[in-house]
Amino acid sequence: MSSIPNPDVGTLPPQAKRARAPRRLLPRPVENFLVEMGRFFQLLGRLFAWTPRPPYDFRELLRQMVRVGFDSIPVVFLTAMFTGMVMSLETFTTLRRFSAENYVGSLVALSMVRELSSVLTGLIVAGRAGSAMGAELGTMRVTEQIDALEVMATDPVHYLVVPRVWASTLMMPLLVIMADGVGIFGGYLVSVVLMGANPVSYMSITYQFMDVSDVTAGLIKAAVFGFLFSAVGCQQGFYTTGGAEGVGKATTSAVVLASIAIIIADFFLSRLLF
Amino acid sequence: MPDPRPAASASPQAKISLRGLHKSFGPKVVLDGLDLDIQEGESMVIIGGSGTGKSVLLKHVIGLLKPDAGTVLVDGVAIETLGNREITEFRRRFGMAFQEGALFDSMTVGENVAFPLKRLSKKSPAEIKERVEECLAMVHLEGVADRVPSQLSGGMRRRVGFARAIAQQPEILLFDEPTTGLDPITTAQINEVIKEINDQLKTTTVTITHDMESAYTTGDRIAMLYQGKIIADAPPEEFRHLADPRVQQFLHGRAHGPITDEDAGDTEGAGKRTAVNR
Repeated sequence: MSSIPNPDVGTLPPQAKRARAPRRLLPRPVENFLVEMGRFFQLLGRLFAWTPRPPYDFRELLRQMVRVGFDSIPVVFLTAMFTGMVMSLETFTTLRRFSAENYVGSLVALSMVRELSSVLTGLIVAGRAGSAMGAELGTMRVTEQIDALEVMATDPVHYLVVPRVWASTLMMPLLVIMADGVGIFGGYLVSVVLMGANPVSYMSITYQFMDVSDVTAGLIKAAVFGFLFSAVGCQQGFYTTGGAEGVGKATTSAVVLASIAIIIADFFLSRLLF
Repeated sequence: MPDPRPAASASPQAKISLRGLHKSFGPKVVLDGLDLDIQEGESMVIIGGSGTGKSVLLKHVIGLLKPDAGTVLVDGVAIETLGNREITEFRRRFGMAFQEGALFDSMTVGENVAFPLKRLSKKSPAEIKERVEECLAMVHLEGVADRVPSQLSGGMRRRVGFARAIAQQPEILLFDEPTTGLDPITTAQINEVIKEINDQLKTTTVTITHDMESAYTTGDRIAMLYQGKIIADAPPEEFRHLADPRVQQFLHGRAHGPITDEDAGDTEGAGKRTAVNR
């Protein structure tokens, strides 16, 4: 986001006459940031305005749900599994010093459900699917496919952004439910098999301190993260300029900005939800 | 030198009428009070060097860009005043072929050509299929409907783009640099296809190009865009013999001449002039 890309034209005519640049009111980085934010909220506005309007493209929604959700299952599975395992390993050795190793199950489960599943899944899926959205829409922009949509009386936000954002928002909670289960299972494996904890008491302590609200809060976070990374990914792609290099930049900033947005949003959501 | 442009008073029947069009991107002035009339059924070719704003001009005609000042009249309707829904309705009457085809790479060729029909018409799937084949036949591409765009050559992709543009039977066809970057034989084939489309469909056509061969073969009238204005406008035979040194430099592809010299020396003055205008 170092420069302000102009969404209207790929290249500016070099022979065009130059007028004196208008005086700058704000330092360039501030101005760039504001332009970027303005575009983001403009896109959100169009997204919400177009969502309820027909025609509803359920096939495209389903296709995006498969790409964001189903195709992410392996990476999310591995991430959650090993996170649960390492949580268990670390807390077990630490808590043993206080003779509190009975509580490992509870600690692993609560950390996963309330925090780690949603944030890690969000970051991983942002890297997979959010970047893909940036790259795909970016390529469509620089090859004029987005203009072509508009010419054929199809709003590109309606056709491209709406299904992607809602597919991500819907699929993230499902991925996180899986991550919760897998993470807890990973923690169980390490404690019971590796550290020799009692399986029955481990499982009972896992659920003893957990509330339904812990789980739902994690799922709400997941939905918000899904919305965020897809909206950021689409926005970066949508306003791409400058050919292949521009698409690369859009892809990178889709991931970077989405990750930052997720981590910042996580703090405020935690404050709000717990 | 007599002004080759027609009198600025628009004949009321002009299909497309551009009036005093101004457009800047940031500090760069691209269109600077451009006037142009295109008659119904006419094939207008707009030429000009790379980066003179030909694409920008075309995007104004179809309402993808809005002018800073001036107006674009199509059948007397100013398109920059249209709302979202009206512009959708308005665009049904247009077909546009993009520079590299701009085919959707997630779809097959057939689905690409069918796209405007699915979105804009109430045709049944069988009718759509028939129309797709008709359009592909028109650009001499029978039997490629099931391939995906990445399997096609550049010339074929463009012809598929033409097929997609004509699918809806538009009143106005726009071609954005249809032959740029193609070999001479493919270029000739593309020109032939455009000419056939013009002759058979009798649509109003606007083509932008910097390829003179293409301009001569496909145009009823040629206009030259330079520094944000139309500096010459004539039928092909006349255009070839225009005395304007800028036109002659362009036609003969000379590295030195009024266009290049003016550009080097005049930047400062041009900037000042524009600053005053704004």
